[in-house]
Amino acid sequence: MLDTAKTRWHPIAASYDLPFRHVFHAQLLGREFAVWRADDGYVNIWENRCLHRGVRLSIGINDGRELKCQYHGWRYSNRTAGCTYIPAHPADAPARTITNRTFAGVERYGLVWSAEEPHGRVPDVAGLREGEQLALRGIPLNAPADAVVSALTGYRFQPNGRLQGNTANVSLEGSDTFSVALRAYEEGAETLVVFFVQPVDSSRSVIRGVLDAGPQGAERLAILRHHNERLSKLREIAEREAQAAPQPAPLEPVIERVSPELAEMPEMTAHGRKATIRVTVARKWLAADGIAAFELRPVQGLLPTFQPGAHIDVHMPNGLVRQYSITNGPGESDSYVIGVKLERDSMGGSLCMHETVREGDLLAISEPRNNFPLRRDAVRTIFVAGGIGVTPLLAMAQALKNQNLDYEFHYFAQNQEQLAFPEKTALLGEALKPHLGFLPETTAAKLKEILSGYRPDMHVYLCGPGPMLEAARRIAADLGWPETAVHFEYFKNTNTIDDSSSFEVALARSCVTLQVTAGKTILETMREAGIDMPSSCEQGACGTCLATVIEGEPDHQDVYLNDAERKSGTKIMTCVSRARSARLVLDL
Amino acid sequence: MTPTKCQDQVVLDLWHPLAALAEVPAGFVQETVLLEERVSYATDGGGNAAVWLSRPDLVAGCPFEPGALTRALPAKVAYGYIWTSLGTPPTELFFIPEYAEPDRRRLNAATVGVNVSAPRAIENFLDMGHFPYVHTDILGAEPHTEVKEYDVELSVERDEIVATRCRFFQPKASTASTEGADVEYIYRVPHPYCSILYKSSPVDETRLDVIAVFLQPMDQEHIRAHMMLCVLDDENEDKVIKRFQQTIFGQDKPILENQFPKRLPLDPRAETPIRADKSAIAYRRWLSQKGVTYGVIPAAT
Repeated sequence: MLDTAKTRWHPIAASYDLPFRHVFHAQLLGREFAVWRADDGYVNIWENRCLHRGVRLSIGINDGRELKCQYHGWRYSNRTAGCTYIPAHPADAPARTITNRTFAGVERYGLVWSAEEPHGRVPDVAGLREGEQLALRGIPLNAPADAVVSALTGYRFQPNGRLQGNTANVSLEGSDTFSVALRAYEEGAETLVVFFVQPVDSSRSVIRGVLDAGPQGAERLAILRHHNERLSKLREIAEREAQAAPQPAPLEPVIERVSPELAEMPEMTAHGRKATIRVTVARKWLAADGIAAFELRPVQGLLPTFQPGAHIDVHMPNGLVRQYSITNGPGESDSYVIGVKLERDSMGGSLCMHETVREGDLLAISEPRNNFPLRRDAVRTIFVAGGIGVTPLLAMAQALKNQNLDYEFHYFAQNQEQLAFPEKTALLGEALKPHLGFLPETTAAKLKEILSGYRPDMHVYLCGPGPMLEAARRIAADLGWPETAVHFEYFKNTNTIDDSSSFEVALARSCVTLQVTAGKTILETMREAGIDMPSSCEQGACGTCLATVIEGEPDHQDVYLNDAERKSGTKIMTCVSRARSARLVLDL
Repeated sequence: MTPTKCQDQVVLDLWHPLAALAEVPAGFVQETVLLEERVSYATDGGGNAAVWLSRPDLVAGCPFEPGALTRALPAKVAYGYIWTSLGTPPTELFFIPEYAEPDRRRLNAATVGVNVSAPRAIENFLDMGHFPYVHTDILGAEPHTEVKEYDVELSVERDEIVATRCRFFQPKASTASTEGADVEYIYRVPHPYCSILYKSSPVDETRLDVIAVFLQPMDQEHIRAHMMLCVLDDENEDKVIKRFQQTIFGQDKPILENQFPKRLPLDPRAETPIRADKSAIAYRRWLSQKGVTYGVIPAAT
């Protein structure tokens, strides 16, 4: 009877099964896995099934950072298996919670180990020393694991260096339900082999043998051939016996259901302004003159999946909360890297990050949120960054570069020393176009040059100081860019907020009517009534607290919506905007 | 009658396609599999067909004598195919009015065996999002990957799903053009295992080509897909027209055979739909409402 304990570690592949950018199809106790190594070395072990339509991810494409499904091009991030892009809806950021099931993985003794719910660590094996072993070719066979283990106890072989002989003594050093250790001796030579039997299914197994030593060159080949021949003979016998025995029913792994909100047609859902993640400042360095960079690593577990354009809230030791864009390229999922510019008129946020926060400090951050999503269906994408506005665009450009899509990256700064993250921008190669020392007037002329030649299916992404964005948006409009092709993100809302009005807000889905008084925002009023609403910057710049207007006339005071969106009157930023009419009905 | 292996009365009562009439040598017994039953059929060369549950006295290859046949299954010849049913089928098959238009070419592009359930294959037929990835540079091309909003409705009086205003960027929109452009599609699902698509004709802008897929369920996880073409084309030889469709289907086949589970899960939480999958969502609901259980994993109730 097969021990189907889900808690026991089993080998599911050999390390050599994961060559550069390959996806390996593995199976354990009836469950299939897509196993792939990212370029950063991380071994991903995932349910072998795209969450969208169930297509095997083992036929997907490993681009070194992400795994792309063959059917609809959905992209899943290294480490987290979170979906980062759904090409059918290029304007939307996928709900962050679309995450494939991942399984624990450890590389040891030249094998990749996994289990459904492993307990403890991969056991130490007496006599095997990491780095010195030789993993044999995996021998798949149509026989149940227990029968294979019992066949292996009678395995006979020659020690390394005495392959020509035929008189070795073989002693059984130990065995259990899924492993057998044997030692062969002949005239002073001795070799230990440990066989791990991988239960693929109730009636199929793989023999994964590891020798305690593996010389190089011709001798190595000879050893591999020696065991291959003998194990192949063992296979023939074991399969013949298994065929004669009654066939056990195949195992049926349970596929987890997706969460209820994912089963419905997706509405972007985010969470409140909550600092749910603890990170350590793993590294702090000067990314440019006046710009500090921080590498934030999770205290435990993995960081959530991010998309290019996403930002996090950083909760600082002094109690302030600030938003910073994630600069990482796709698949760089072991940490988040942010850049913080020291503002001359800092209210204490950037000053705290620059002067108080040090390497080794703990910080609380929010999950990443993406209100500045990147379309990847443009024939050409133009990025225009001003100063620290480079951060979200850097993440975007790396994503396009990784997919070989066409883009150019214009980066305005005062001087060379102020160009941030040179090690990242250097990777953009020819696409990077620095523009140094421009004054407001000359900037406008340069922007005209950059934005001339609009063609359908081109998109521009702008991030930088307010006046530069205003100029760029105006110039783009003059040059025939439709509003839908011009995407922007402001650092902050410099509008003076007029919160003197009072009005009524009806929340259609919640069946609640609230009175918003002068001096209070819609967001605050809703929260007081116990209605949770996601928010982040709370000054009308980031787009997190967007709500849909069903009825009434909004009084827009944000810098997130574009003119067309404002005029349509169907969207409102609840943290700063208010009502011109006596009553607003929101789809909440 | 001995009980059938398929227990799904809805599916038993449907008409199912068996073969393209034009490809059946007249006067000899043919054999195939439908819903796990061996089924034999023969034609008389005059457009009539007979179908029966296979029996030892009339094996494949035998000359067929219509007089010898008792206890035949219902048989129908429609849209160039022989259809039968293991239950009590409706009088009429679904209607494709364009089939009667005299200036159209009518062909069976191919009959292909696929290791997948019929509903998975229907969903693939309804799906546009995969064009740039699976039919690269033919029906779609990156970076033009967007599935624009379209409309889906369940036509109550005809009991069929209709998706309209479907548009997708095609790199070479017609034989005449070198530029890409949006191409319009209309999809109909008038039968749980059959679907019809209408696509702007490259030769006549005012009319639509008709491409249909009629699936023969051999069992819950294996089908034979019959692809019908009813197109406006005076230029190309049959084999050219067929080859195009065979290429497209050949690209879908490995994807379909790598879907897991092979039967279509009707539990809304089994997979993750997006807006582009509106028609598939409607199709899954429709199958649930009809009570179809064959080739699907019914939602737990």
